[in-house]
Order: sequence, then C-alpha cells, then structure tokens
Amino acid sequence: MSKFAKKKDGDLPAVSTASLPDIVFMLLFFFMTVTVMKDSTLKVENTLPNASETKKLEKKDRVIYIYVGKPTSQYEKVFGSEPKIQLNDKFAAPSEVGDYILQERAKKAQELQNVLTTALKVDKNANMGLISDIKQELRKVNALKVNYTTYEGDAFMNLNR
Amino acid sequence: MSKREEVPKVNAGSMADIAFLLLIFFLVTTSIETDLGIGRIMPPLTDPPKAIIKEKNILRIELNDKNELLVEEKLVEIKDLKDIALDFLDNGGAARETSDFCDYCRGDRDFTSSDHPSKAIISLTCNRETGYGTYITVQNELIAAYNKLRNRESQRLFKENYSTMVEQYEYAGTPSAAKERLKERITHIQNLFPQKISEVKIE
Repeated sequence: MSKFAKKKDGDLPAVSTASLPDIVFMLLFFFMTVTVMKDSTLKVENTLPNASETKKLEKKDRVIYIYVGKPTSQYEKVFGSEPKIQLNDKFAAPSEVGDYILQERAKKAQELQNVLTTALKVDKNANMGLISDIKQELRKVNALKVNYTTYEGDAFMNLNR
Repeated sequence: MSKREEVPKVNAGSMADIAFLLLIFFLVTTSIETDLGIGRIMPPLTDPPKAIIKEKNILRIELNDKNELLVEEKLVEIKDLKDIALDFLDNGGAARETSDFCDYCRGDRDFTSSDHPSKAIISLTCNRETGYGTYITVQNELIAAYNKLRNRESQRLFKENYSTMVEQYEYAGTPSAAKERLKERITHIQNLFPQKISEVKIE
C-alpha cells in the first residue's frame, strides 16, 4: 500500500504510570522525615513572631516548652479571650509555672537537669505583663536559660498587627 | 522445564495506592515546627551587689503601652534603634590617659556617652500592655547591634565572622582541638563587647 497509510485514528499511546509509585514514595519519604509528632495539642493561638538574629534550639530532650496565647475559638467561651498560659495540655496560672518546671526537670536524666532550656512559644499578640510574670517564676526556680521561639524572618513584620 | 518452577509475578499495581494512603496520612499529621529563637540568660533572683553606675553608661530604653519606643525619654522609631545602640556601645568616651580607654572602639568618643563597651549597659523597660511582637523586635535589634560589633572585631583579629565561629563551635562534626581554639576566640570577642541588657521587672 502507500507509504502514507493512514494511522488508526484517535489511538493515543497510553501514558506509562509505572513511575507513579516512585514519585509518591519520594513525597512520602520527604514528609516522613520532616514530620515532628506533636506531644501536646495546642489550645492557644500560637503565631510566633519573626526574628533574624536567631539561635538554634538544643536537642529536644533538653527543652521544656511553655505556650502562651489567646485561647482558640473552641475554648474562648470557657476561658475568655485574654492570653493564657498552656502547660502540657492544661491552661495554667502564672503561679503554676514554677512547679511545672520543677516537675519536668525531675523527669529528665540527671546529667541533663542543669542544661535545660525553657522555650517560650508566645503568640505575637500577647502582652508583656504575662511574659514578665512567667520570667519571674522561672527565675524563682532557677531556670535561667530561656529561648523566645520565633520564626526566621524580618523582625519588623511583628510591628504591623 | 516443568511448569512448577515459574514464580508467579506479584501485581504491583496497587503499590501506588498504598503509598498514597501513607502519604496522605503524613500530610495531614505534619506540622513543621520551628526550633529557632532568641536565646537569653536571665540573672538569678538573688539581690545583685549594689554598684554605682554612671548615668552616661546606661542607655535607657522603654516600651510603653502603645508599643512606642522611648530612648532616653525621647520617642524613636524602632528601625533607628540599632544605630543608636551601635553608637552607644562603640562610643568609647573615656579619655586616652585613663585606664578605661577603649583602643578598639571606632565611635564618636563623646564624653557624655558610654566610657567603654564593657561598662555600657542597656536597660530595657516594658509596660504590662506592651505587645510581645514589639518586644521581640526590640530584642532582635539590640542583639543585631551586638553581633555587628562582634563580627567587626572578629574580622579584624581573626579574619573570620563571629557568627560563623559560633556556628562552627556548635556544629557537632568540628574536631575538639579546633573547638578549643574557637572557644578561646569566642570568649575573647565576647569580652570585648559583653552583652549587658538589663530588664527591670514590671510592676
């Protein structure tokens, strides 16, 4: 027949999906490696401020976390809309911070007890009054090393609310 | 060849589905957390020994309840704070003959400002209503001023940035001999410009 025989019309070659599992696995491994399992559910709003002169936190087992912020909409009715402290899973008063630190410190291994850092994860709309109270409590129990956890970024972004 | 030796092929068609399932699980549970922050060491609660500090060696910074910044009781934009702190710390106002003379300062040598970087104290006062975001910005600017001066001296003395030295020191792979040397240099720089930020308790 002629050299220009008509191809069978409308017959597109099927796209090979053989590499699809590989691509999906690649994504899967990415997410598996960057995932940090949360150890407490946040009950407060927690938009951290930005800063550029940051330091990396130490290993996770040497850090005690304190969260501060406005209760989320779910808890707003019961706890009001003023910023609150969250320790582990509970809301707490500033006076309870000291006991909490001592408790957490006792749980850590002996050799780590003197090198602990307290990470303050504070919402950028919180007030300094509460932070000052927490700091005073921390000084009472001699937990002097604090870290104001922030995102990496331009610090002036904190100013426009 | 008998038929028995042929191994039947496992159908891998559903592998993608399984992987997708796992992927979606991790996508949902992931929260990428930050582990960066501004590190500070607070003074212990015991009463500090009373020392008489000259007024000119203190830079008074105040944040009021409207998130405004006051330096020496004058209203200042926060973006100017870094330069004010730099001028204050690097001033070196003591006269050449005195023991406090600062031979590495490059400031204005204004005798009404700080004598020596090791004597210069920045005092930060906040109001209870000051926003945390503003406070962090101010802290960040002050630390930026210190880091800039420390980097400058470090470049002059060791031809290396202070921040890179700290990074190398904290990196676990650095051999201990190099760490020892770095630590010496880091403390030397820190002694040239010690970070003296005093925070008064809010009543």
